[in-house]
Formats: sequence, C-alpha cells, structure tokens
Amino acid sequence: MLENILQFDGISKSFFGVRALEDVSFSLPGSHLLGLIGENGAGKTTLMNILGGVLAPDSGRMRLRTADYAPRRPADATGAGIAFIHQEWNLFTNLSIADNLFINRFPRLGRSPFINRTVTRKQTAKLLESLNLTLSPETLVDRLTPGERQLVEIAKALSTGAEIIIFDEPTTSLTAAETQRLFDIIGGLREQGKSMIYISHNLGNVLELADDIVVLRDGRVVDTGPGRDFTIDRMISRMVGRAIDQIFPTRESRPSQEIVLEVKGLSQTGIVKDINLVLHKAEVLGLFGLMGSGRTELARMLFGLEPFERGEILANGVLCSRICAGDCIRRGMAFVTENRREEGLLMEATVVDNVGLAALPAFASTRFPRLLRHRQLSEAVTRIAESMRIKSGPVARTLAKNLSGGNQQKVVIGKWLMSRPAIFIMDEPTRGIDVGAKHEVYSIINDLAAQGAGILLISSELEELMGLCDRILVMSKGEITGGFNRAEFAQEPILHAAFKGHQRLSQNGRAGQR
Amino acid sequence: MRKTRDTMLVMALRHTPLILFVVIFLLFGCLSPRFLSYQSFENIVKQASYIGIAAVGMTFVLLTAGIDLSIGSNMYLSAVIAGLLIQNHNLPASLALVVCLAVGLLFGTVNALAVTRLKLIPFVATLGTLWIGRGVGLWLTKSVPVEFPQSVTQIGSQKLFDEVPLPVVVFALVVLCASVLLRWTALGRQIYAVGNDLEAAKKAGINTARVRGTAFIICGLLAALGGFISVSQLGIVNAGFGKDREFDAIAAAVLGGTSLFGGIGSVFPGTVLGAILIQMVTIGLVSAQVDLYLQPLVAAGIIFVAVLLDSLRTRQLAKLSRRHIRVEELTSPRAGGIVPMLGEE
Repeated sequence: MLENILQFDGISKSFFGVRALEDVSFSLPGSHLLGLIGENGAGKTTLMNILGGVLAPDSGRMRLRTADYAPRRPADATGAGIAFIHQEWNLFTNLSIADNLFINRFPRLGRSPFINRTVTRKQTAKLLESLNLTLSPETLVDRLTPGERQLVEIAKALSTGAEIIIFDEPTTSLTAAETQRLFDIIGGLREQGKSMIYISHNLGNVLELADDIVVLRDGRVVDTGPGRDFTIDRMISRMVGRAIDQIFPTRESRPSQEIVLEVKGLSQTGIVKDINLVLHKAEVLGLFGLMGSGRTELARMLFGLEPFERGEILANGVLCSRICAGDCIRRGMAFVTENRREEGLLMEATVVDNVGLAALPAFASTRFPRLLRHRQLSEAVTRIAESMRIKSGPVARTLAKNLSGGNQQKVVIGKWLMSRPAIFIMDEPTRGIDVGAKHEVYSIINDLAAQGAGILLISSELEELMGLCDRILVMSKGEITGGFNRAEFAQEPILHAAFKGHQRLSQNGRAGQR
Repeated sequence: MRKTRDTMLVMALRHTPLILFVVIFLLFGCLSPRFLSYQSFENIVKQASYIGIAAVGMTFVLLTAGIDLSIGSNMYLSAVIAGLLIQNHNLPASLALVVCLAVGLLFGTVNALAVTRLKLIPFVATLGTLWIGRGVGLWLTKSVPVEFPQSVTQIGSQKLFDEVPLPVVVFALVVLCASVLLRWTALGRQIYAVGNDLEAAKKAGINTARVRGTAFIICGLLAALGGFISVSQLGIVNAGFGKDREFDAIAAAVLGGTSLFGGIGSVFPGTVLGAILIQMVTIGLVSAQVDLYLQPLVAAGIIFVAVLLDSLRTRQLAKLSRRHIRVEELTSPRAGGIVPMLGEE
C-alpha cells in the first residue's frame, strides 16, 4: 500500500516576481493522511490551487499514480478523483442534501429531462449512512449544524468518487464532539484506502491524525517525516524558523480592584441563564466553553446585539438598560467579533475605512455639515497600523480582502483602538491565524491590559486562555459552570466544567480532547 | 403544551399567504355578497391570468437573485409587432401569436446577453431595455393605437368545455410547466442554487451564465405570452399598454413569498396566490363600491400590509426555528429525562 498515489516534483510558482513556491517536492503514499502545515503565506494555498487546477505551476510537475497530472481547470481535478473540502462550505442552504450532492450531475429519468429522484435519494441515503449521519436526504441544508454541513461536504466529495481528499482547516467551526466525529470518519476513510492531505493551524489535531507531516516555510519544504517523530515544538520551530520559547508574553500588569463591567443575573430563555460576572480594570478575563455553549450569544448581549429578558449590565458603574451597540461604543466598549470576514470587516473597503469605522464622529469637523477630515483620519490610522505592525500597502488604498488573515485580525482590533475603549470583548481573536500572528495578537492584548483596559477574552483554545488570563470563567449550556484564578489553572477541572451537563459525552472520555 | 403551540404558530406562519388570501376573500365577501359568487371568482382568476403569467416569468428571474424591469415594454413591443403584421400582412391569429412569442423570446435574450456577456447588473440592464423596448414600439406605431381583429379577440373570450375561460387554461398550463421545471429538472434546481450563492454555484461547476440567461429568456417569453392574453381581451394596444406592469409582476411574486435576494420562492402556490390576491383586491374594491379615486390608495395599503406581514413572518420563522443552546427546566418532575436539542449531539 505504500506506493505513492500523488507526487509533487519540483513545483515552483511566482506571482509578479514574488516567489510563492520554490522547488516543492513531496509525495503522498496511498491510504495515508499527510499533514501540511505552515504559517499563513507559506504557500499551502498556492500549492493546493495548483493541485486543484486553479493555478498552473511555472515549473515542476505532478504525478498521479503512474501518470503525469497537469490539470487545467477545477473540473480536471474532480475528474481525476481529487476533492477539496474547504474552510468555507460550498453548500446551497435553500436546497436539500440530495440536491446539493447532485447539483451539477443529476441522474435523468430515462431520456426525459426530469430528475430521477429515486436514484438521488437512494444514493444520498447510502452515503449519509456510510458517514453515520441519520438525516433524511430531503433535509434542507439550512437546518443542519456546522458539523453536519461539514459531513455533507465530505459526502459530496465521496459521491464524486474521490480517492484523494484535501481538508483545509475543516474543524474551525466545529464543536469538540463534532471534531471527534470528523476524525473518526477520517480514520474510516483511511481504512477504505482513501488518501488525504490535512491542512490546519491546529497543530495538535495534525499531530493526532497525520501519518506524515510536511512543513512549508516561505514556499519551501523545510521539514518532512513520519508524524510520530514530530512534536508541537518541532512543528512550531520549523514553521516559524526560530524557536518560540515563549508564545505567550509575560503579563506585566496586575488587575486593579476597580470594576469596569458587571453583569448580574442575565437570562434569556433558551440561550443563557443567570449569568453573573465582574471584569476589573487591567484584567484579562477568559471565557471558555465548547462551541454552542452560549459564549458568543453572551458577548452579543453585552454589546446590545441580542435581547435579554432579565438581568443587569453595568458598564463603568452605569446601568445600561435597553442597550444598543452605539450606546456601548459611547460607553467605552469594544467588540472584536468572532467572524472577521462577515462581521468584523468591510472586505471591499480600505484599511483606513475599516479602522476608522467606529471612530468617524471623532474625525468630523465640529461645525454643521460635519465633513470628515480625511487627512487626520488616515494619519491616525497609519499610526495605529504602524504600532500594531499591520503589514499592508498604503493604508488608504489597500483593501481589507487583500490582507492575510493575521493582518485582517489586527485591523479588526485596530478599529477599536481609535476610540480608546476601557472594555474589550474579544471573541476568538486568534482563530485561523498562524503562530506568528497569534503571538502578535497576544502582545496587543497584553499591552491593552497594561494600559488599563478590561478584556473579556473568549476562546476555544484553553492553552491560550491559560497563558494570557488572570481569571477564567467556564460556560456550558448557557450557564457559568466554573471560575478559576490563575493559581488554579489546570486543564482537567476547566474541561470538566465545560462539559458539565454533557454527561453522555464526558463519560466516554474522548470529547475532552482538543 | 408550549411546544404544540409553537408548532401551530410555525404552521400558521408557513402558510401566511394562503391564510391572507382567504381572509381578504371573506372580507370582501362580507362587504358585498355578490363578490362571493363563482362568477366573480372566475372573473378574478381570468383577469389575474395575464399578470400571473408574467409574474411566473418574473419568479424565475427573482429566484436567480436578478430582476427584470423590462417586461412591461416587452409586452408592448411584442404585441405591437404582432398587431402591425396582422394589419399590414393579414397574418392569421395563430401566426401572430408565434410572432409575438418570438419577439418576447428575443427581448429576453437581449436581457440575458446584457447580464451574462456585458456583465451589467440586472437592474441596470433591464432598465435600459425598458426604455429601448418602449422606444422601438413608439417609433413603429407613431403612438397610434394598434387594433386587433376579431380573430384575436375571439381567443380571449373562448372557453374550454364551455366552462373554463381560455386565459385561465393558459395560465394553469404555464404554472404547471414552470412548477415541474423548477422542481423536477436539473435547470430548476440550479436556478435555486445560483440564487442562493452565485460563487458556490460557479465552484460547483454549474454554468451560471447559462442558468441566469435562461431565466431571463423564460421571463421574456412569458411576458409576451401574458401580453398577448391581455390583448386578446382588450382588442387594442395603445401607447401606454403594459406600462408599470413589471411592478405588478414583482408584487405578485413577492406577495407569494419569493425573496428579492434570490433562492427562495415558488410558482405554485406562491406567485399564483400573489397574482390572484392583487386582482382580487382590485375587483373587490370595485364591487364594494369604494370611491374610484380612493381605490389605488386602498389597494396599495392592502398590498403593503400583506408584504409587511410576510416579512414579519419570515423573521418570526427564523426565530422559531433557531436552535436553542439550553433546554429550560420544566416544572414537571420528569424534566431531567428530556433529551436536549443540542447542536453537538
């Protein structure tokens, strides 16, 4: 079985004279899972686009089994049995699962133009069954959870008869239990003889799954070997090219006793119940919980984006009743949203427009037409971009969509720095960005706390919270199920609190892995 | 108990267009008993059929997240050309119908090319053809009304089995074909896919230009057919024929639950109900003897409320079908035994 099913041989690619890939060679043995890791911009996406027929390499070639493989369009890759499962799903939410699976190749009833529903239904049911999904083929995708949608994507890949499946960050929107289920299915696919390439920033997952690991840095393969020979440290040091002995900056400040945000008995039927929390000046307060535990909903309530039935929110000692986001901003709150593409950024707008967005009134002239003073605005934004080390072209002309994930995240945070808020709510600020960018975001959080801001940091990565926070609160099923001071930080009790109420899951003991 | 109440609410909300339809029907019935007769209902459906047919075409375009503002001009131009050919060359009615449909098809094709080849956004492209279409028609007729011979007007008053007016039969056939096309063919499903997410549709290997173009061509064809049905009832086409009808068609589709953002909606019952509802309001106001000059205002009010209710309905539905994070404890002793409706289970 160790015969190579796919081989990259000396692949190089440049964009406008900038090297994206240089002499990349490695191979994927049959029935293997190859972990492909590297920082953002290391060339993973470019390489996969070449594999998928979206881009053509400048030089080098690929071999599929024993034949040369040179796809010219995405359909060639599909035809060759290569399927891609992306971070963002390609599903039509208004159609059924069966329709989604067959959308571009419906079987016909004889020679008529009509769809043979019996066939689509049967084949879909069979595929869903093989993935242990107990859903009717007629279920609308709209009604599925993120985890189920991911599995439907896999079913789609399998339905095209794919032999090689590429996963690109497949777990970013999945809960721990859904992730585990995905991994079980990946294991099953491997047993069936499928070969896979798994790309992720979650190095723990890669380590758990991969038979082989390939590390890319600056467009080159810098390390490769069997997965069991790797450790997280080795992966990081290879990716970054230097050892990050300290991913988390040392906290320089101590939280003061002064309270900036207080929540009392916040409840909303079916969402959260009786939430009490206190955030101090210069404190980093972690909020840990599984996905779907109500963390994001709580954050949105605090920022006036979702209603609540009972309870009080006091910002800087002032009771906020009937709050809206605009009031929150005026009271010195900032909300770094979870989903930067959809909620955090205007992708088609420039860095200046994005960063300036929440502080525009401050840059308007004082008299009536209140026109914007563009020069001051763009100077202020430039200062922020420099202080945050946002790597971009001229801030007044570079569009947000052209920045890397890490730099986009800095823009989202930078947007709030303009108005110097005292309270930050950050929802998954490091999701999907590479190790180097994470480190910079951590430093920014650290600096903000040192300057006296109170920060409520929501994250699914426990290590991150344990490295940064002064205190951690744990949520499960819409309730706060635990609170830990820095001295008490330990994985096990925190995870235990996070799984409270999920008895069935915690009993079989696996769901705790992240 | 709460659960069954919620389910009933969801059911009611899902069928809002139908409920609204019945309520308005009964309301006018109370105001004027004459309105409740079979005769009056037949009349409503007959009068609704020409806008209904055009609205079915509009539904195709709306489903792809497009819009066609030119159908009124299309109706005018295709009827004018057919009428002039009859006048000058003694064309028989059947051939005139073919010519009329051919012009509509061509009109739709121009829209399709403007959107898919010239990459104009549908709003702008069809705003352009709206002016061009009417302009060509006015130039051909010098704004003189075009009269149609009896051979054409006969069609409008014919009845199938001496019972069902021909326009209604044509409307029903169009609705049937459109429903089957949307539900049972690959093209139909791809229309929904394109409207839901154009980028994803491209990535899924769908020829999105073909799908969107086809929707415009179908819309053009049906607009011409609707126009011809109207002509067969009126017998004359003057310079204002078809003007603003695009808005009736859009209103009918939207009243029937079609989303202007694409991907959501149906021909039956959706658009059919919408088209009949609009006509019902118009005729109902006449038979209730509402002041002639007040009628447009009242009709606009009723339609606005209907659309408002529909949008409230969509929001409420989304809220009700949202997954809950936690299950609130019930007071019953067996509360612990309830299986939570959790995403990650």
